[in-house]
Amino acid sequence: MPTTVPAHGNDAAGRLTELADVTASDSALRRFLHGLPGVDAVGLEARAASLGTRSIKTTAKAYAIDLAISMIDLTTLEGADTPGKVRALAAKAVNPDPTDRTTPRTAAVCVYPDMVATAKAALTGTDVKVASVATAFPAGRAALPVKLADTRDAIAAGADEIDMVIDRGAFLAGRYMDVFEEIRAVKTECGDKARLKVIFETGELSTYDNIRRASWIGMLAGADFIKTSTGKVAVNATPSNTLLMLEAVRDFRALTGVQIGVKPAGGIRTTKDAIKFLVLVNETVGEDWLDNHWFRFGASSLLNDLLMQRQKLSTGRYSGPDYVTVD
Amino acid sequence: MSFTYAPALESRSVVDIASSYGLFIDGEFTEATGGKVFKTVSPSSEEVLSEVAHGSAEDVDRAVKAARKAFEKWSALPGAERAKYLFRIARIIQERSRELAVLETLDNGKPIKETRDADLPLVAAHFFYYAGWADKLDHAGYGANPRPLGVAGQVIPWNFPLLMLAWKIAPALATGNTVVLKPAETTPLSALFFADICRQAGLPKGVVNIVTGDGTTGAALVAHEGVNKVAFTGSTAVGKAIARTVAGSDKKLTLELGGKGANIVFDDAPIDQAVEGIVQGIFFNQGQVCCAGSRLLVQESIQDELLDSLKRRLSTLRLGDPLDKNTDIGAINSAEQLARITELADSGEAEGAERWAPACELPENGYWFAPTLFTNVTQAHRIAREEIFGPVLSVLSFRTPGEAVAKANNSQYGLSAGIWTEKGSRMLAVASKLRAGVVWANTFNKFDPTSPFGGFKESGFGREGGRHGLEAYLDV
Repeated sequence: MPTTVPAHGNDAAGRLTELADVTASDSALRRFLHGLPGVDAVGLEARAASLGTRSIKTTAKAYAIDLAISMIDLTTLEGADTPGKVRALAAKAVNPDPTDRTTPRTAAVCVYPDMVATAKAALTGTDVKVASVATAFPAGRAALPVKLADTRDAIAAGADEIDMVIDRGAFLAGRYMDVFEEIRAVKTECGDKARLKVIFETGELSTYDNIRRASWIGMLAGADFIKTSTGKVAVNATPSNTLLMLEAVRDFRALTGVQIGVKPAGGIRTTKDAIKFLVLVNETVGEDWLDNHWFRFGASSLLNDLLMQRQKLSTGRYSGPDYVTVD
Repeated sequence: MSFTYAPALESRSVVDIASSYGLFIDGEFTEATGGKVFKTVSPSSEEVLSEVAHGSAEDVDRAVKAARKAFEKWSALPGAERAKYLFRIARIIQERSRELAVLETLDNGKPIKETRDADLPLVAAHFFYYAGWADKLDHAGYGANPRPLGVAGQVIPWNFPLLMLAWKIAPALATGNTVVLKPAETTPLSALFFADICRQAGLPKGVVNIVTGDGTTGAALVAHEGVNKVAFTGSTAVGKAIARTVAGSDKKLTLELGGKGANIVFDDAPIDQAVEGIVQGIFFNQGQVCCAGSRLLVQESIQDELLDSLKRRLSTLRLGDPLDKNTDIGAINSAEQLARITELADSGEAEGAERWAPACELPENGYWFAPTLFTNVTQAHRIAREEIFGPVLSVLSFRTPGEAVAKANNSQYGLSAGIWTEKGSRMLAVASKLRAGVVWANTFNKFDPTSPFGGFKESGFGREGGRHGLEAYLDV
């Protein structure tokens, strides 16, 4: 059995140990998860929608656009990925708008494990991180040793961050402890070499109660980030499931003092959408999370829309898709 | 650097407020007899918006006579024809909704977010809904060809000026009545804009008459012997006076009065959503809502946890310019109302309850009150019994469902209540024991034209909205 690894901070391990009885047995974990307050779907969605009506203009918009750019995990996860494609993406992450060098860099480039070395080489000397999906992404249907080997490979190739998927089959079958232990095993593999993002694939968990429970399993198991989706299913990040996960990290920090990041991924394509998510962060967990160490967007096409809106703010004119670079 | 929202003001230029307005009688704007006027101000700035005619008893008489004259033809129209006018009015309201939302925010002080997203959509929905009933009255459950009453005298409050107008006028017209409506003294403008919409819709003269003024104007209207039906929404004290006035006459009466709604949170509630519901229950429209959830009854075992969450949430409320699209809490409607809220809140402190409000800067001009909550409140405190009609929440605790029901019902009022629990059986069991006209489950302050609304006990009688709302305007 792997030992508990601290999520963050010097005393994080100690604090999480205080919750050790929660994960002491399958039944204790089940009782804890089912004892979390329920989620009223209508109320949750209404709150997310109401925050979506915030009107973010002028200086606030400029701030939000730059913040959003700096929070992007610029992603390519295609079977057709090539070293050339990954190098192009890395160049874009470092220098998103060739016409304006004041544009912030993205937080990371996110690729499959076999592309990590290429990405790492292209990003050497920059502060842009390399994130790698792992653990038989996106389905996660492989044996644990395979998942751990996948993780090990990515880290060995230089990944700074690992985006793992949980075993949704185990979760939906009620085997919460299996999910917990698998995350812990991957976390141990990451050690202090890589930050761990845990993807729940919220679209497959289907209910908000499940998303809340999965969030707590992830946080208890030592996730550095909890992440909504792979981007490979019909429903990915939504304001509602992200709001719910923000509430979870807020409550977890109140209980343990340990701060955990949140990453909505998939389906966020426009500046307007991204700003709505930043409003959710601002009004749910506040300033402490308004930093790319604690909040990320998993996205690819979002960046170009942010760049076009950024150009519009500085020039007063809309340009067009030919004034930003294709990936 | 923090994420500070830049001002996002809705433009005032979409609404053109004249420097003075007359009474709308028999399809024309006319001066008040004697030429008396009063000013209407914007509560958020104390800026004078316009001068409005002060209707006298003579003006009321003119209006009732115009309505009586119009009644003959209006009530004889086939329902489908009346429906056409109502549909047309509903569509014009939708088309002019931005203008009306800004106007309502200026005259009332409530945030543009609310007038835009709640008031105006509900106003249009109410007219659409009753337009649909106009040609189906035979199937409303009152027998074949139910008859209208005649002239309806309607007096409405200042908290939802245009929405209360819609609640009164839409069912009255759909059933074939004609109306004389007296808007509140502090918020007359949207009713006068509605008069213009009636003209725009080609509504026959005299079917809708608007007589602005103060309490004396309203008193003259409800006492007028040409009025067949009185509908009033407002304070319980005025409601009682109206009931005395119409006693012994054949006027049909509906009263929608005060409330002291209990919002009951059980330990198995969806906590985050309950917190939102509590906020929506008491801080929507600055708490100036008759069905506000002004008493929070929380199960003792989760009280601390819930209050921590609630206080954290209240600290994020944005109070300020009502025309800013990001404002959550606007201005109190009048100096008089602000004084009443202040007096009652002070009594809470004097009687030993513990007062809390988030750090919150109040603008210099205008009438403002910070969102406030009181803990350690008991049933004996004035702030647990009297309607404050402001952004002040009284928090009480309970131990068992039986105690929750007993405390919730222990009020002279009975307009609204809320239940928060994830357990459906508890929801139904508690709801059936609450003596309140509306019981919301896992939500609060949700309105829909299809749903009847009204009170128990001193919260009044009669129902508005839904099929039930037709009955108040039919001779059945």
